Amino acid sequence: MTLYLPRTTTSQISEALTAERHSVGGGALNMVLTLIVVTDEADHYDAVRAATEAGREHPSRILALIRRDPDAEPAIDAEIRRPGTAGPGEALLLRLYGPLGDHPGSVVTPLLVPDAPVVAWWPGIGPANPSADPVGRLAHRRITDALRAADPVADLLNRIRNYQPGDTDLTWTRLTPWRSLLASTMDQPCGWVNGAEVTAEPRYPSADLLVAWLADQLEVRVERTTSNGPGITGARLVTEQGDINLQRYDGRVATLTRPNQPDQTVALARRRPAEALAEELRRLDADEIYERTAKFMAAMLDRTEEPV
Amino acid sequence: MPGAIPNPLRSELDRRLPRIAGPSVLVLFGVTGDLARKKLLPAIYDLANRGLLPPGFGLVGFARRDWEDQDFAAQAHEAVREHARTPFREDVWRQLSEGVRFVSGELNDDAAFDELARTVRALDADRGTGGNYAFYLSLPPKLFPTVVKQLKRSNLAESEDGAWRRVIIEKPFGHDLESARELNAVVDDVFPPQSVFRIDHYLGKETVQNIMALRFANTLFEPLWNRNYVDHVQITMAEDIGVGGRAGYYDGIGAARDVIQNHLLQLLALVAMEEPVTFSADSIRTEKQKVLEAVELPEDLATGTARGQYAAGWQGGMYVPGYLEEEGIPANSITETYAALKLGVNSRRWAGVPFYLRTGKRLGRRVTEVALVFQRAPHQVFSSVDVEDLGQNSLVLRIQPDEGVTLRFGSKVPGASMEVRDVTMDFAYGQSFTEASPEAYERLILDVLIGDPPLFPRQEEVELSWQILDPIEEYWAKEGRPEQYEAGTWGPQSGHELLARDGRQWRRP
Ligand SMILES: NC(=O)c1ccc[n+]([C@@H]2O[C@H](COP(=O)([O-])OP(=O)(O)OC[C@H]3O[C@@H](n4cnc5c(N)ncnc54)[C@H](OP(=O)(O)O)[C@@H]3O)[C@@H](O)[C@H]2O)c1
Repeated sequence: MTLYLPRTTTSQISEALTAERHSVGGGALNMVLTLIVVTDEADHYDAVRAATEAGREHPSRILALIRRDPDAEPAIDAEIRRPGTAGPGEALLLRLYGPLGDHPGSVVTPLLVPDAPVVAWWPGIGPANPSADPVGRLAHRRITDALRAADPVADLLNRIRNYQPGDTDLTWTRLTPWRSLLASTMDQPCGWVNGAEVTAEPRYPSADLLVAWLADQLEVRVERTTSNGPGITGARLVTEQGDINLQRYDGRVATLTRPNQPDQTVALARRRPAEALAEELRRLDADEIYERTAKFMAAMLDRTEEPV
Repeated sequence: MPGAIPNPLRSELDRRLPRIAGPSVLVLFGVTGDLARKKLLPAIYDLANRGLLPPGFGLVGFARRDWEDQDFAAQAHEAVREHARTPFREDVWRQLSEGVRFVSGELNDDAAFDELARTVRALDADRGTGGNYAFYLSLPPKLFPTVVKQLKRSNLAESEDGAWRRVIIEKPFGHDLESARELNAVVDDVFPPQSVFRIDHYLGKETVQNIMALRFANTLFEPLWNRNYVDHVQITMAEDIGVGGRAGYYDGIGAARDVIQNHLLQLLALVAMEEPVTFSADSIRTEKQKVLEAVELPEDLATGTARGQYAAGWQGGMYVPGYLEEEGIPANSITETYAALKLGVNSRRWAGVPFYLRTGKRLGRRVTEVALVFQRAPHQVFSSVDVEDLGQNSLVLRIQPDEGVTLRFGSKVPGASMEVRDVTMDFAYGQSFTEASPEAYERLILDVLIGDPPLFPRQEEVELSWQILDPIEEYWAKEGRPEQYEAGTWGPQSGHELLARDGRQWRRP
């Protein structure tokens, strides 16, 4: 069931939510978090869908903030999708007109689920300084996606300079399956690692994060080479006993080659937005490894940009 | 940086990286069985789909069928499509099925086991499974000795160069203390204790693991978790189905051996145990073992236990036959389909607090739960009329099917008078967390492949449980026929009297 409240106020929205709770029971008390999606008319459909899907794992109150004509009179159009309409969570689509678009905090504050953590997500181009953003300030966790920017690597670097605990970027989340496979190859005895190489399409921040992670954790030099993608196409660990090589050309299935072992294939699908988002929502504390890796990457890229 | 221990790519802080099993082969005996089809094969696929199985993974089926690899793969495929919890993905399945093999033969056939040995070694060579083998005996336990001996004879039980061997066995672990010891001796002869994984699938359930989180991660409950506040504890596992296709196995075993010996006593141990020193396998098992050692039987087994057998009746809108009319059950069977016990736990924390355990088939509905029922307030400022509708406060851990936690307490009824009545506060897993939470068998199979034992009972626990149950079974065997109860009700009169005698009553779950 969807409820439309045109030209409304947050107290009317709250009342509608409470009335709902009294008639059906449960409601916001079962929500484990509030997910604020900062989006626009073009993006909101896919974003809310991904958020709803992630909400199957983490029932949330989704607040989608859609900015409309900044020159109009200030007003809110609300669309409430009740629990059960699309998964266990509820979604509120709030269209903000006029100067209200500059004060989203005032709209969001009364609608946050009591006590539950707040997560902000910018599915499109995110703020350069998420924790200083009016919505980001309210959130415990701030999820951006550098891949959406015109220059993704520069976008990510920019944000890393302003890093605050709780910041995270989906270019890091998308990397988890790669990192997890690479880590598992080193669960077994293997030779001393002397170097590594990461191959990916150009201007792909996940690849630079992978380079940084390997270089930092293994304390070796890591090459970044380019291919036609999609995404990351290979990662290689150069060991004393030969290479451990993970190649994925089709974005779906990878081949693992290592010394004295037969080739192995493994499904390594590129992640859909909902899957990446669900992973982000699983842990809401600061991700120290991300911080470390991101700063390492920034230092590394700064160094290479310096004139010789 | 060198490889292996400690792996430089793993860090305690990096909690995004899941635990992944190392290269290994899972050899599955009894692949044609119910358990393999409904639980094990789907769980293996789900693990693969979640990226928790290594690229070098092999699955070998063994059965007395004239099948080729692809026939078994087709069977497995069907089982996965029908019962897996995660969506079907062709890429994952294809990659998994490349490592699927089948060996055909009887369990006493030397040649078949030699073929099995060749097959797993070939997998090591073709797929890089690393010489690590887990043997899952999803078979009737009477066949364990044959299989274990064969594994030894064909040198499959021995490992070389740091590779591991693990064996997984399903309940029942014997039918009394003596048979449990015999069974253990058979396995123990070939596999060291730390390589034997006994599956009690209850322990793989999220809600059961949550008992420990609820108790030891919070401050709210632990202060009340003792004889000063708890009046008694009820542990219930009720089924609505009858004996169905399990007649051959069930008759002569009965409800107590089938359910109380393992699931209910494990639940009791988790609820009653002291806080383990750490969350390691050894510490948890040590605490559980202490509780089982402290369990005390009722002085008089006649008044401290109850049993019953379901009679025909109407259940859930259907007329169902009684136990004695079921196919494959002798008309004079004295096997109980309902069992209830009153146990004590001799410890400072629990002295004097009875633990009532009950289980049965064809009961009111399917439910498993643990209820802590608290004492009444020692003094009431409200008049007895006002609190007439107020029951005892209780905390209910709902294990299945509607997983969650319920707290019952009194609240004022709105209106001009001061009337207090019971209300509930509810936490439902399904609502607050994933509907895609892993199945118990997924967790347990992964733990076996990783070699992580906390969720598996050890032999000492199995033996202690039989020590608790054996005297009761002996007493019942002398008592002749169990009392009949109508299908679809909450058990025999004697079951209700067991609590009524103490001035208490069963919750209606
Ligand atoms: N099903 C459950 O929910 C459940 C729950 C808890 C514990 N368990 C335990 O799990 C194990 C398997 O259960 P299940 O329900 O799958 O049993 P099942 O359906 O009876 O299957 C047993 C398997 O053993 C094989 N088998 C039986 N007799 C054999 C013989 N003489 N030689 C070779 N193979 C033989 C069967 O193969 P054929 O097809 O060739 O006969 C079948 O694959 C048992 O130990 C059971 O106690 C089951």
